[in-house]
Amino acid sequence: MIWNETKECMSRDQMTALQSARLVKLVDYMYHNVEFYRKKMQSVGIMPGDVKSIEDIVNLPFTTKDDLRDNYPFGLFAVPNSQIVRIHASSGTTGKATVVGYTRKDLDIWAECVARCMTMAGVTKDDVIQIAYGYGLFTGGLGAHDGAQKIGATVVPMSTGNSKKLTTMMVDFGATAIACTPSYLLHISEVLAEEGLLDQIKLKYAICGAEPWTEKMHKEIESRLNIKAFDIYGLSEVMGPGVACDCEYHRGLHVCEDHFYPEVLNSATLSPVADGETGELAFTTLTKEGIPLIRYRTKDLTSLDRTPCECGRTSARISRFKGRVDDMLIIRGVNVFPSQIEAALVEVDEVTPHYMMIVDRVNNLDTLEVQVELDQKYYTDEVRKIEALTKKIAHVIQQALGLSAKVKIVEPQSLVRSQGKAVHVIDNRKLYEN
Amino acid sequence: MFAKQLTVFIENRTGRLSEVLGVLKDHNINILSLSLADTTEFGLLRLIVNNAAQGKEALTENGFSSLLSDVSIIQIPHKSGSLRELLKVIDENGVNIEYMYGLSIESDSAYVVLKASDVEKVDKILTENGVRTISCEELANL
Ligand SMILES: [Zn+2]
Repeated sequence: MIWNETKECMSRDQMTALQSARLVKLVDYMYHNVEFYRKKMQSVGIMPGDVKSIEDIVNLPFTTKDDLRDNYPFGLFAVPNSQIVRIHASSGTTGKATVVGYTRKDLDIWAECVARCMTMAGVTKDDVIQIAYGYGLFTGGLGAHDGAQKIGATVVPMSTGNSKKLTTMMVDFGATAIACTPSYLLHISEVLAEEGLLDQIKLKYAICGAEPWTEKMHKEIESRLNIKAFDIYGLSEVMGPGVACDCEYHRGLHVCEDHFYPEVLNSATLSPVADGETGELAFTTLTKEGIPLIRYRTKDLTSLDRTPCECGRTSARISRFKGRVDDMLIIRGVNVFPSQIEAALVEVDEVTPHYMMIVDRVNNLDTLEVQVELDQKYYTDEVRKIEALTKKIAHVIQQALGLSAKVKIVEPQSLVRSQGKAVHVIDNRKLYEN
Repeated sequence: MFAKQLTVFIENRTGRLSEVLGVLKDHNINILSLSLADTTEFGLLRLIVNNAAQGKEALTENGFSSLLSDVSIIQIPHKSGSLRELLKVIDENGVNIEYMYGLSIESDSAYVVLKASDVEKVDKILTENGVRTISCEELANL
């Protein structure tokens, strides 16, 4: 099934024409409503009238996560708050969150995009779907929720954290679909196996996202649960989940490109690369009102394929992600930057600024251990003091990341000091296939 | 009188404890008593040695951080219940005992190493009660 055949199966010429018309409108809208963009465009000598078609997008300046941070909280909003009906936020590279705002129309388009994605996975109004992403500032829960509701499915807003309740309800409600992170679903499959419930579930589809996953994980989820699993992609700055999703042919993720124009950029020159070549993914939000972004650099590495897909859709597809251009980690679906840990530790006098993050996956759940060095000055002969310090640091990290971490205090001088770029992360998970 | 205790923070990794002890042995530091307070993640090795300052220096040279802290080494009087009496007095003075461990330096007498929340106050209490404590100098001559 295709949710919106008109938009998802347009000819390439029609799509280009639509994108061009929308870009022209967007540039004019942003120039007049967002001071930051007006100044940015003026600084490179571009006026709204200079952008005549989607090809002219290459002359427009990029937007980065830092721009959002620098304009915290509402500096990049194009409408007054009276027109904003929802706020979401994700972690920034330092203490400040990345804040996004949605108008009523933005939420409608978001639900439309998620509806397209879930339909791609097979979800219909007859399905019972458990949404097991976190509900809150994170876009996962409410984003998936609104899309599933738009389709007319029976939505069960589980949120995260209670696997036992989730598996019980999965059986009792006869849930046929689930939306959650892929690692959480693998964990759920284990819980189901332990409870002997695997043959009692009616699950057919899983729409998984918010973290990268490999083909191996994909196959494992499908075989363990005897379901079909689909990859949904999105990021809060651009919208949230639903920017792209893969179809039953799994030849890359179809981008809702009438709303989000994708570019893949050469990492060094930042010029668009040819289709099929790998580079950094950037999006221009063609229809967003609340916080529209031009050429927003996602830092995700992928390639584009604009050839029509066997499923009948003609929308551009992005390949499974090949990595990141920055040091962002996704832990239990939460975006984490090592710089956040660094900033948090500055607040703690008792430890040195040296730290090491060890990320692993145990029983399909991500674990984060943060090793810190005791400062010589605070050396103690009392276990109690070290334990209190461990708790204090864990709290500080929890506050900074919104994620619990296991803190391990290590011997002074034991963490590696390097001359050049220090290595602060050991990620033992295998998230990308190379 | 206080004595100096040498504390070494060690991660629970194989061989770490023996490395510390090895360094001390190589520098002819004599260990009179030790206590290892350990958790699943780390251990605090507390040592009474004949020369704590030299011990610290040797450890520093070999890449181990350590701490010198004041503790009371108390001779336990040869009377049943005397340690208990002593602890009661310390308690009544509102001083907390952080930890305690045994020390054997003379064959006919027992000693304990005591670390209190207020070391000076404890020292005063001990003196007032006529309890014999051991100094760094005495340790060095053992
Ligand atoms: Zn397709």
